[in-house]
Amino acid sequence: MTNKSFSSWYKSGSPWVWLNAGAVSISLVMVVGLLLLIAVRGLSHFWPADVMELSYQEPGGEAITLIGEAIDTEEVSASRLKSAGVDLPEGQASAERHLLKVGNRDYFGLDFRWVNGPWMGEISYPADIVAIERREWGNFYGYLTRVKQQHEVVADGDNAWQELQTRLIRSNDLVAQAKKIEKKDIGEINHGLEQLRLEQRRLELAGVPEGAIQYQELEQERKQWDVRYSDLQKQLFDLNTALNRDQIMVRMSDGREVEIPLAKVVEVSKPNAMSVWDKLGFYGHAVWKFVSGEPREANTEGGIFPAIFGTVMMVMIMAVLVTPFGVIAAVYLKEYATQGPMIRLIRIAVNNLAGVPSIVYGVFGLGFFVYFIGGNIDELFFSAKLPAPTFGTPGLMWASLTLAILTVPVVIVATEEGLSRIPRAIREGSLALGATKAETLWRTVLPMAAPAMMTGLILAVARAAGEVAPLMMVGVVKLAPALAVDTIAPYLHLDRQFMHLGFHIYDVGFQSPNVEAARPLVYATALLLVLIIIVLNLAAISIRNRLRENFKASES
Amino acid sequence: MNADRQQTMTAARTIDIESMGRGPKLNMANETVCLQVKDFNLFYGQQQALHNINMSIAKNRVTAFIGPSGCGKSTLLRCFNRMNDLIDSVNIQGEMLLDGKELNTPSVNVADLRRQVGMVFQKPNPFPKSIYENVAYGLRLQGVNDRATLDKVVEKSLKGAALWDEVKDRLHESAMGMSGGQQQRLVIARAIAIEPEVLLLDEPASALDPLSTLKIEELIYELKDKYTIVIVTHNMQQAARVSDYTAFMYMGELIEFGATDELFTNPSKKQTEDYITGRYG
Repeated sequence: MTNKSFSSWYKSGSPWVWLNAGAVSISLVMVVGLLLLIAVRGLSHFWPADVMELSYQEPGGEAITLIGEAIDTEEVSASRLKSAGVDLPEGQASAERHLLKVGNRDYFGLDFRWVNGPWMGEISYPADIVAIERREWGNFYGYLTRVKQQHEVVADGDNAWQELQTRLIRSNDLVAQAKKIEKKDIGEINHGLEQLRLEQRRLELAGVPEGAIQYQELEQERKQWDVRYSDLQKQLFDLNTALNRDQIMVRMSDGREVEIPLAKVVEVSKPNAMSVWDKLGFYGHAVWKFVSGEPREANTEGGIFPAIFGTVMMVMIMAVLVTPFGVIAAVYLKEYATQGPMIRLIRIAVNNLAGVPSIVYGVFGLGFFVYFIGGNIDELFFSAKLPAPTFGTPGLMWASLTLAILTVPVVIVATEEGLSRIPRAIREGSLALGATKAETLWRTVLPMAAPAMMTGLILAVARAAGEVAPLMMVGVVKLAPALAVDTIAPYLHLDRQFMHLGFHIYDVGFQSPNVEAARPLVYATALLLVLIIIVLNLAAISIRNRLRENFKASES
Repeated sequence: MNADRQQTMTAARTIDIESMGRGPKLNMANETVCLQVKDFNLFYGQQQALHNINMSIAKNRVTAFIGPSGCGKSTLLRCFNRMNDLIDSVNIQGEMLLDGKELNTPSVNVADLRRQVGMVFQKPNPFPKSIYENVAYGLRLQGVNDRATLDKVVEKSLKGAALWDEVKDRLHESAMGMSGGQQQRLVIARAIAIEPEVLLLDEPASALDPLSTLKIEELIYELKDKYTIVIVTHNMQQAARVSDYTAFMYMGELIEFGATDELFTNPSKKQTEDYITGRYG
């Protein structure tokens, strides 16, 4: 009876349904779990957590006060604690250990500290603890005591906080001005001087004798630049003087009172005094700073905008390069080439190209694009600049090209697939109206195959945006001095090196001196990379769907 | 009520078709020859598909090719505008003349030939574009982009294909949203927009419902004033209704060719009689 019902259950096919549904749900759970983990770990970093003050006494030591954010808690077994010199009472198998972010790296040496549960005394959350985000040395935690101007106290006690707010706005404003001068104006001058140097070198290479009128003209121009430069230099000096006007005095957990120049402060907050709404606002602000800001402190602080920009830029240039190339190749293979063993061989080769490890493409890109093509371009067009390379060095252009080569098989295969799906009746209909084969292709077949091309592009973008290994050889750097797009002609600088989110993850995660500080940024950057790939894909998918809409029901 | 009306309309149309008088008896000797086929053989690789075909197709008449599946009637039709060029393995022998000029020579521009000899296929194959662009396609190929000219030709062609009243308010909507019968008439409009001399119809109504078939047949009747029409059909009633001349083909050979009335009422060959009386095929 049972046997019979089992076999009938088996025959009914429901085990297969269960098996298939099970496989799908496991995949789904894994994907959602992965995203959730990254999101929770990454996003929680920006939340202004309460800062605790705690008294801590190690056995045989004096009681000290610690101020910091609770980051992590773990259960540690008694034997491990014992080997670390901690004795637990009889019968207790394990104890909790907490990771505190105590900040003040310049004074304490380390800004993270493990504290053992049994030795912890009283914990409180005083409302007037301030968390200071600094341009250097990471966060600072302590109590604000006084605000100074030219080292003279201008406010203390309760007034200090109010006074600090207005002065902080001023100092951040000055910092922004100084940065603009440094980046933009001085950047322009450097560019201008470099152009003059190149011009002079060109003259020398052309054999113009020394002392010729051209050199004097160049010298005149250089003088003008120099005047502008010393002008800016003075402005910058004034700004810096103004910036160094204010200081704040803060008391640390160990009672020392230290001075922090306001020029070094980015943001001051009192997390314990904030309501949930305040915190939400602060959180949004922090996320925005992360997305739009530039990195500081070996990439462990500040934002990642240059990396986002570099990633998107590289993928877009890659898409612009790969689409026409792949489509043209596919059209030839499918429409014009005589189908035979040769074409079959080529098709197999193209498919296999998609399986070559990406690092191999990186090596190829470095050898062929950077050294060979780039080197020759330099010799032909930028000889004045040599031995400093222009295109003969890793850069955005070569990275995009390398990835285009990497993804071109995907576009070819998808386009061929699309072309073979165009009904013969449509082609014949066009030919019967007196169209040539080329006209039929341009006017009917290619527009109808456009959605398939977009599918290929979507796959290519998805693959290219996540690729890191080949990029390390052909253009990605830890910290790029300038974005690939700016206000200096020709506006788009394909020769520049760039930052990339994928490489940023690797760099922050494994090459950073401050592991604990970097970890949340790894998650946050990973989340952002995933989001950017999703956005790029959604954009391409929506374009494809719009194209499909136009050719709806073409099969019926 | 509605169904009743539909029925009366259908009946009225049927009568209309039946009363399409054929006038005086047709004789090939009195016709102007448009297309002429002489000792024509066609091979797919090693296999011969057409055997020694000889026939003349009269100008401004409807000529029907009938015969069982695979008898070569579509193959012959596709030779008239060299659609078989698309198949690599095809070889031909013999002459095929359009207005006295050989059309299977390298010096003939295939695109020009196809402009002269339009074709409509078995399944409606509108392009996934708007109705307007479908009709304007052939003209745009010839470089006509002037809006006023295009408007005029599109209207004229759609009227010629008896479709104008149905689509005049949605010219810029996709052609893919039309019914099968409308699509087939659109394809005919597309073909006549470039004013060909000959119109080849390859089973134009076989994928359509009876009412749409009726409309196509009416259309063929109207079009023959201006065009020489060659139609391939499986449907013998259709051949009898719309054509002036009929060719019966079997196994790649032309068995009998003559005026439709003659061929259907008094076939001279046994095979023809067996086929049209439904004994095989």
